[in-house]
Amino acid sequence: MAVEKKLAGYLCTGCGIGERLDTSQLVNIATREGKFPSVKQHAMLCSPEGVKLIQDDIDAGEATHLMIAGCSRRSKVEAFSFRNVAISRANLREGVIWARPDTPENTETTQEMADDYIRMACAEVKFMTVPTPSGEQELNKNILVVGGGVTGMTAALETAAAGYPVHLVCDEDVLGGVWKDLYKRVPFRAAASDVPNGRDVDLPGPEDPGIADMIERVLANERITVHLNAKLSKTSGAPGRFSADIDRSSGPTVTENFGAIVQASDFKPYDANRLPEFGYGKTPDVLTNFELERLAKAANGGPLKRPSDGKVVESVAFIQCAGQRSDKEGHLPYCSGFCCTESIKQAMYFREQNPDCDTTILFDDLRTPGAAGEDFYRCGQQAMVTFTKGQASAVVQNGKGLKVQFKDLILNEDTEMDCDLVVLATGQVPNNGPDPYAQLAVDEAESEEEKEAARQKLAVAPPSILNLDYRQGTDLPQLKHGFLDSHFICFPYETRRTGIYAAGPVRRPMDMKQAMEDAVGAAMKAIQAAESAAQGAAVHPRVGDLSYPSFRKEGCTQCKRCTVECPFGAINEDEQRYPVFNESRCRRCGTCMGACPVRVISFENYSIDSVNQQIKAVDIPDEFSEKPRILCLACENDAYPALDMAAQAGIETTPFVRVVPVRCLGSVSLSWITDSLNSGYDGIVLMGCRRDEDYQCHFVRGSAIAAERLSKVGDTLTQLNLEPERVVVHEVAITDLARAPRLLNEMAEMIGKIGMSPFKF
Amino acid sequence: MGDLNTAMIEKYRNRFLKEVEANVEEGEWVKMCMQCGVCSGSCPLGKFWEHPPQEIFMMIRAGKRDEVLSSESVWMCTSCYNCIVRCPRELPITHIMHGLAHYAKRLGLVPKNQPTAKFAQMFWDNLMVKGRVNELKLGLNLYFMNGIGDGVKVALKNQKIGLGMLKSKRMNPLEAVGGHAVKDLKGFHAVLKKAQELEDKRLADHGA
Repeated sequence: MAVEKKLAGYLCTGCGIGERLDTSQLVNIATREGKFPSVKQHAMLCSPEGVKLIQDDIDAGEATHLMIAGCSRRSKVEAFSFRNVAISRANLREGVIWARPDTPENTETTQEMADDYIRMACAEVKFMTVPTPSGEQELNKNILVVGGGVTGMTAALETAAAGYPVHLVCDEDVLGGVWKDLYKRVPFRAAASDVPNGRDVDLPGPEDPGIADMIERVLANERITVHLNAKLSKTSGAPGRFSADIDRSSGPTVTENFGAIVQASDFKPYDANRLPEFGYGKTPDVLTNFELERLAKAANGGPLKRPSDGKVVESVAFIQCAGQRSDKEGHLPYCSGFCCTESIKQAMYFREQNPDCDTTILFDDLRTPGAAGEDFYRCGQQAMVTFTKGQASAVVQNGKGLKVQFKDLILNEDTEMDCDLVVLATGQVPNNGPDPYAQLAVDEAESEEEKEAARQKLAVAPPSILNLDYRQGTDLPQLKHGFLDSHFICFPYETRRTGIYAAGPVRRPMDMKQAMEDAVGAAMKAIQAAESAAQGAAVHPRVGDLSYPSFRKEGCTQCKRCTVECPFGAINEDEQRYPVFNESRCRRCGTCMGACPVRVISFENYSIDSVNQQIKAVDIPDEFSEKPRILCLACENDAYPALDMAAQAGIETTPFVRVVPVRCLGSVSLSWITDSLNSGYDGIVLMGCRRDEDYQCHFVRGSAIAAERLSKVGDTLTQLNLEPERVVVHEVAITDLARAPRLLNEMAEMIGKIGMSPFKF
Repeated sequence: MGDLNTAMIEKYRNRFLKEVEANVEEGEWVKMCMQCGVCSGSCPLGKFWEHPPQEIFMMIRAGKRDEVLSSESVWMCTSCYNCIVRCPRELPITHIMHGLAHYAKRLGLVPKNQPTAKFAQMFWDNLMVKGRVNELKLGLNLYFMNGIGDGVKVALKNQKIGLGMLKSKRMNPLEAVGGHAVKDLKGFHAVLKKAQELEDKRLADHGA
């Protein structure tokens, strides 16, 4: 890191900036107010010549802190990615000229906008330092895979194929997991699509499950070390330096170090004993779909026989959604997504054996996801499997056979059918450890009653799988119904513990093919995490970011807010209850920075000061100017690009707004709000991602935490004798092109109504 | 034909879907219905049907033989082909409806006084005489379908149209006596006879 800060400004006059703005005034502002010794102009700064101009200055030791004025920081990222320097970008293109109409009456306010963005960028970069890795990194290529099922084995094979050594921890004495008893599997392929007029030609049928072969490949792979009958008794560390104690029943505990971890603990079949209405447990002739596989595997192509008396099955009924998609106590509220194709496949076992066997699938909504999907449904229909839209209510003994009572939903009548065998299509229950926040709830309960309730919840929790020694609990946080929290849409394999990736039915119900695809994705992410950790770089979404949080120990009051609020459990506490930042567990969201009441946490390139200085740099016209100033703190992941894209689309934004991108709304310090109100801003608009259950926040909890903190900001405003409408928090998605500028314009209108802030000096 | 019905019941027991598959024109498509209901929603006469196509298909699978074959619904189809065009599974629904009606007729299960069935029979009988439809006779038969009084009333009502047609030589009153035939009437009857033979043989092989 350079000892002396050498400031250098660059102003691009391309893309219409030169025509629309008074560039000499911009240069004056940077040199006089921003105290930049020089500001170089270029007609196309992102061109090779422009980039060379900057690089030459850097190479000559003339520039360590760069202010680049031109397009948005989200444009031309590659061109302006200079190493070992601090960079701020003034957004004159998307932020100013494209967001404003090119008419003479608007020239003045547009120029003022540009002036302010130059001031802000100059101020920001002075408070940035060049991020450097902490030096605690090393490359550990070992990957730990937890779970010996299809998902875990696939993850192990894929990781090994990429050249990384794997340890596979399986808690059973054989590999294969819940799917090892499959007789056949749902096909992995769709029908040929290029047969003219041949929709029903070449439909995919049940396939060999391929699990025995997969087990063989895992065992034969020299990069894979398999630990059978093994469990993790302790996992500590961080990406790049995880340490795991593997307890094995066959020998002493071994401790291994890993770069990253994949949790592929799959699912547990739903306990059908909770379905007495369907006769489960009362007669052996009512089976679950998992048990039928075993029966079919044992028959091995021979006729399937009724368990009670060995009679060859001549009629069978499948009851879909058994104990699923129901809000009844003890039922699964969700669809497991694999049971419809599973039942079609199993019905075909019977049809194949005996074309006269009556096979009826009682379904409510038939859902056939996956590669074969609809083609496989048609395959079943062609095999004369009878699909009846009906809702089963009871299964009763009828002589030696069974009687299924159901409501036919098409013919709208209560009816019944006789059969020899009933198969219940039961669902998947995620095989996860206890919810880590349930553990914390016990420690942090305020009353004895709450503590007891939390304890009871914990008492029925499953045993831990990972046994993390994190401050925030032993296992991965969960979202709903016990499934792991992962960024569902954008980053499905990411969990809330950096470097530990979830694959397969632990994160959502799915079939075997999907679980295998998931495993490949998670394995690739795990490798990426190990490699990034070695360079001290962040993983998603700030991939490659070398900065990490540090804190001023003298100022810390050990309040623990940062350790509690970190969405990723990155911060532990030492014996004196000071935070211990685990750099490579950190996702660089800054939620800790926003949490800190004494403002001692900062990043090299993002801090309380770097934003505060931008806020203060803005020129605030006096109360009578009719030019209010609105501060917009916009999440850099969704809201900021939405504003950029709105400008690209020519959507107009009020000229009174000054937008400051933040890493996450969770990083917003309340001091920014109070300081900006004190310095005369008329309104503040905070834009974060969608929060709570269906969140879109890239840092999972950041947006929600921010909303909670800001819910109390009204009190502050009242104390200052200001209208509470002056500060608003919005959830903005990246697609809100029209809405995001509108929200800013609405704030401007509001200020027009309630008047300017009295705090201008 | 009643005994054919008994024979079929005996043969297929309660596997009506199988019976339909083997005996009804395009019946092998019934199993491919996915119960989306687009056909029922598309049928312009759907609201007059006791059981729209989707239900008919479900009833076949549910083994409701008597209800399907003696249903008025299958006779309600006007061959507009809306359902065929719209069916996402590309089922020839119109043809299946006619197939079911035809099968019901063969088995003698058509509801009494079913107007479509009655008209179809009238049309057939008319056609068989001369190898072509005698429109005048067919029209008169239709008028008097429900008795003489009714027939006179209808005829009087259409008097004007009839006279106009006479004037413009669209209707030849002489057709009422005899009427003209196809060129090779003998050949036409021979073709039909052969077809009947083939059909009888098929039924004999298939049925009882």
